[in-house]
Amino acid sequence: MIPKSIGASTSETGVAELRRLIARHKMWDWLFGLLGTLALLFATLVFAALFGQMLINGGPHLSWDFFTSFPSRRAASAGILSAWVGTVLVMLVTALVAVPLGIGAGIYLEEYARKNLLTDIIEINVTNLAGVPSIIYGLLALGLFVYQFGLGQSIAAAGLTLALLILPVVIVATREAIRTIPQNIREGAYACGSSKWQVVSHHIIPYSLPGIMTGVIIGLARAIGETAPIITIGALTFIAFLPPSPFSSPDHLLSFEWLLAPFTVMPIQMFNWISRPEEAFQANAAAAGLVLLVMTLSMNALAIWIRYHFRKKIKW
Amino acid sequence: MNTQTPPTTKPGTELKAQAKALSFYYGSFQALKNIDFPVEKNQVTALIGPSGCGKSTFLRCFNRMHDLYPNMRYEGEILLYPDGVNIVDRHVDPIEVRMRISMVFQKPNPFPKSIYENVAYGLRVRGVRNRSLIDEKVEEALRAAALWGEVRDRLDDLAFNLSGGQQQRLCIARALATDPEILLFDEPTSALDPIATAKIEELVSELKEKVTILIVTHNMQQAARVSAYTAFMYIGELIEFDDTKRIFTNPSSKLTEEYITGRFG
Amino acid sequence: MSSILPLKHPPETLAATPAALRQGWSSAKLRRRLAEHAIETLLLLAAMVSVFTTAAIVAILVWESVVFFRSVPLLDFLTDTQWTPLFDDAHFGILALLSGTLTTTIVALMVAVPLGTILAIYLSEFAPFRVREVAKPFLELLGGIPTIVYGYFALLFVTPVLQRIHPELPGFNMLSAGLVMGIMIIPYVSSLSEDAMRAVPMHMREASYAMGATRLQTALFVVTPAALSGLASSYILGISRAVGETMVVAIAAGMQPNFSFDPSEPAATITAYIVQVALGDLPHGSIGYQTIFAAGLTLLLITLVFNIIGHFLRKRFREAY
Repeated sequence: MIPKSIGASTSETGVAELRRLIARHKMWDWLFGLLGTLALLFATLVFAALFGQMLINGGPHLSWDFFTSFPSRRAASAGILSAWVGTVLVMLVTALVAVPLGIGAGIYLEEYARKNLLTDIIEINVTNLAGVPSIIYGLLALGLFVYQFGLGQSIAAAGLTLALLILPVVIVATREAIRTIPQNIREGAYACGSSKWQVVSHHIIPYSLPGIMTGVIIGLARAIGETAPIITIGALTFIAFLPPSPFSSPDHLLSFEWLLAPFTVMPIQMFNWISRPEEAFQANAAAAGLVLLVMTLSMNALAIWIRYHFRKKIKW
Repeated sequence: MNTQTPPTTKPGTELKAQAKALSFYYGSFQALKNIDFPVEKNQVTALIGPSGCGKSTFLRCFNRMHDLYPNMRYEGEILLYPDGVNIVDRHVDPIEVRMRISMVFQKPNPFPKSIYENVAYGLRVRGVRNRSLIDEKVEEALRAAALWGEVRDRLDDLAFNLSGGQQQRLCIARALATDPEILLFDEPTSALDPIATAKIEELVSELKEKVTILIVTHNMQQAARVSAYTAFMYIGELIEFDDTKRIFTNPSSKLTEEYITGRFG
Repeated sequence: MSSILPLKHPPETLAATPAALRQGWSSAKLRRRLAEHAIETLLLLAAMVSVFTTAAIVAILVWESVVFFRSVPLLDFLTDTQWTPLFDDAHFGILALLSGTLTTTIVALMVAVPLGTILAIYLSEFAPFRVREVAKPFLELLGGIPTIVYGYFALLFVTPVLQRIHPELPGFNMLSAGLVMGIMIIPYVSSLSEDAMRAVPMHMREASYAMGATRLQTALFVVTPAALSGLASSYILGISRAVGETMVVAIAAGMQPNFSFDPSEPAATITAYIVQVALGDLPHGSIGYQTIFAAGLTLLLITLVFNIIGHFLRKRFREAY
């Protein structure tokens, strides 16, 4: 039944031959390890070049005045005041819209949705929207917010556009965070007589909050750097004034006039400076890029930190 | 509790391998404690004991599977004969050990490839390119694993399409195709039905003619059926090693007796 | 409402007035049920926003494109090789923009696919634990850099470097834009590919190592084939990213439509053209205004095709184990 050659025992020369073979194979292993290290090194070098170039060109330009000055026709005195104020206000609108909608949608899909056609349609849409190029959102906003809703080229239009853009990010992060909560937590809460919303508000939301926060921060970091959709809605690039202050109105406590004000944001300001032929403006672009880079990188780093920190802390 | 003198096989028999004062650590946890253990050539040696006793950990030392994971450490030695190399020595390449000592796992784990490619894998890993040699070896191994008759007409089928028992025999064929010196079985039948189990057991008894076999099992009847020697392990220690017949009829340790009579485990 | 505690009534009341309690219970129960229902409806509406968004995107793009195709025959749109909608002699050949999109995408893939795959294999199968712990977040950070910053880098760093090697290279060119776009999508490719390789169960690797295979042999013969649909989906996602990427190409490749597949030439992509039109002030409702919606619809359809392929491939590798 058993053929003769199976189970031949290895002789001394056999072992020596085996060792030569292994040495040859391990050389390939070593070479691939080297290749992987080189690829990683390449990525690091690119990042160093990118960051270094911004720092060298833009670093000297960074000063207090740069943050407190309006853009100007003279490169030396131009600053990013209107740009960073615009970015903050647009992000405010984006966060206020995207966070409740995204978390709500995520909770619905994980905790409430029944297996039916509607749920399938929602899921397909979320997946699909995550892959739609950002400039398409710009076209949507141009047709819908700017002209149909009559919001014009305003902070509200930009904020809503970016909110729709990062909605899938927040939804997906919420769902993934909720999915890590074991079923017996829910059963335990129901066993105490909780209603569905009590289970969600007392347990599901608090326990998934780190994961949701990670998604929200990553989404907002992406929104801060988004340029294409904002350009598409036709945001003006030269804005040498600030939107009206929310506290300016005499009869109301808060004024919402700023929502409909024209604006510029950091990446638009940077794009505007890149497009100028004069080299002095490109230094301004580098300085603005540096600020933008630091903003997005620190937000991403915060998100990564939150994730690693809580992953270590909570073990189901 | 340990036997005073190191366990031995019958006089006049040839050893294929021997563990000497082998200890194994996961981080600071000592999973194996100072084990002395002979493996007789062309025999089946069974390892039994309750779950978590370290029998699988011990088996996996023989082809250095632990090296795939961080934070572990071997102490002592496992000598592989005839050359007497200590296979758990840090300077010995685990790949060399694995090429000489093959393994069949608890759950059948064929690759997502064809039946043919599964069996040919070990040869490909060794850089064999000669198609007719591979053909020949694949057929030999499949015959040795009692699978040839069932798959000869569909060698290009995906291995996942085989039944559980067939998959396990395919894994045995895969291990045999490279002529290993020792074949390790880690509870090879625990995922299989009784008929498939019987086939594997029959195969194990036949294969010992050509290859030395070490088998971990939690099924004592299986150990009694297939092995010449049986070792009983408990919490990382080797409690008793003896002729299988003696262990099951007249164990010298109280603990062994309690285990084989089903009082714990 | 959200702070209703499970035990609303103190126990003494429970024992004292059972009838009143039952009444209290039923009205509380009713209110509770209504509140629960209202909450569920609100959450459903939040989830429906994504459906409305998709519907609105399709509606707006199709609506404006229909007007556009009333004055430009579809055949001209698909076969003309010139795109000069703002000239007196207006041509509307999308091929002139597609060639730019295709060329920059191919250059980007030639960077991102090999490097992304090597990094994924290295991080999943080779790298020591510590290297992986540092490299993965680092790659994630690279993926978070705004595209406008990459655009600046392409125009003012990569192009000058390339010009030193190849002095005739124009200041705007598809090569530099494509290269930087490739670098930009490396993190997407590598992280998705690595996920796919991680999903290959450990017992598969153990089987291979037990046969005496090396890391590279295990990675190439066992893990990569098993993760193939996942790898493919990561490439598809990379393509979809590259096709839709805007700022890098708008800044570094120029905005001049040019029917050419030569990476050393300047050219406009679909996305760059939309930016160019948006930067000017075309009157709402003019043919120039409608062109960007027709171009946008083309872009959406292309990315949709890739996203659907990618989605099915991803589903396949998730179901494999």
